[in-house]
Amino acid sequence: MGNFLVWLVWFLAAGGCLATGIAVVSVTNPFYSALSLIGNLASLAVLYLLLAAEFLAAAQVLVYAGAVMVMFLFVVAYLGGRADAPWAGGPPLLRTAAVVAAAALLVEVVVVLGLAWGDSLQDPAEVSDSFGSPAEIGELFLTDHLLAFEITSIVLLVAAVGGVVLGTTPEKEETE
Amino acid sequence: MDGPGVGWYLIVAAILFGTGALGVMLRRSPLVVLLSLEIMLNAANLTLIAFARQHGDLAGQVFALAVMAVAAAEVAIGLGLIVAMARRRLVLDVDRASALRG
Repeated sequence: MGNFLVWLVWFLAAGGCLATGIAVVSVTNPFYSALSLIGNLASLAVLYLLLAAEFLAAAQVLVYAGAVMVMFLFVVAYLGGRADAPWAGGPPLLRTAAVVAAAALLVEVVVVLGLAWGDSLQDPAEVSDSFGSPAEIGELFLTDHLLAFEITSIVLLVAAVGGVVLGTTPEKEETE
Repeated sequence: MDGPGVGWYLIVAAILFGTGALGVMLRRSPLVVLLSLEIMLNAANLTLIAFARQHGDLAGQVFALAVMAVAAAEVAIGLGLIVAMARRRLVLDVDRASALRG
């Protein structure tokens, strides 16, 4: 019974994830694209929970569905109708090439998965209840992955400074 | 592990990545290109987390968290660029923003 429930939740989350993903790419209005991406990120958080990544699921909802998407929606609102570029463009040859390239990526991954399905993708490791908890991830960040942690903070600092520099109006434009 | 094996998650991630790649290559609105990029990054994250579960190794989750931070930085810069383009009254169309093409 528990097994059936897990499959059901997985099916709903995966289906929602794929449907909203396709909606993000195909909808014309960027506002609806951004809203679909919120749904996409939320269903991904459910998949993370099923994979025993509680902390990442929470961070996903807070950082992405919260902070990043609010930023997106503000910019969509600021741009208004100017954000509506034509749906797709370029020579038909390029468009066909794009579809072929995306399909090739997909087929490649599925073939590799099919080859590995029987052996290396079976029998997941046994993990303890604390796997993926904030405490364990925090400990790893402060011991084994300290350098990555520090570099991440520098990346965020550079991005914040860059955002301010890009957002500052040059003096000559202030008179308009 | 109850329910679907890791392979099923990887297939979902592959389809998501393909969708995102299609969006990046086809769409012309820079905002939608950024959103599609987010889909691709998240598909990669799902793969990392699925393999972390498969091998019982938390390093995958730590890496996924770093990817999330980089994605947030990328969005901040990307949106800043789009707003700067809009301020200079440039057309918001990635096919026409070709001044750096050389």
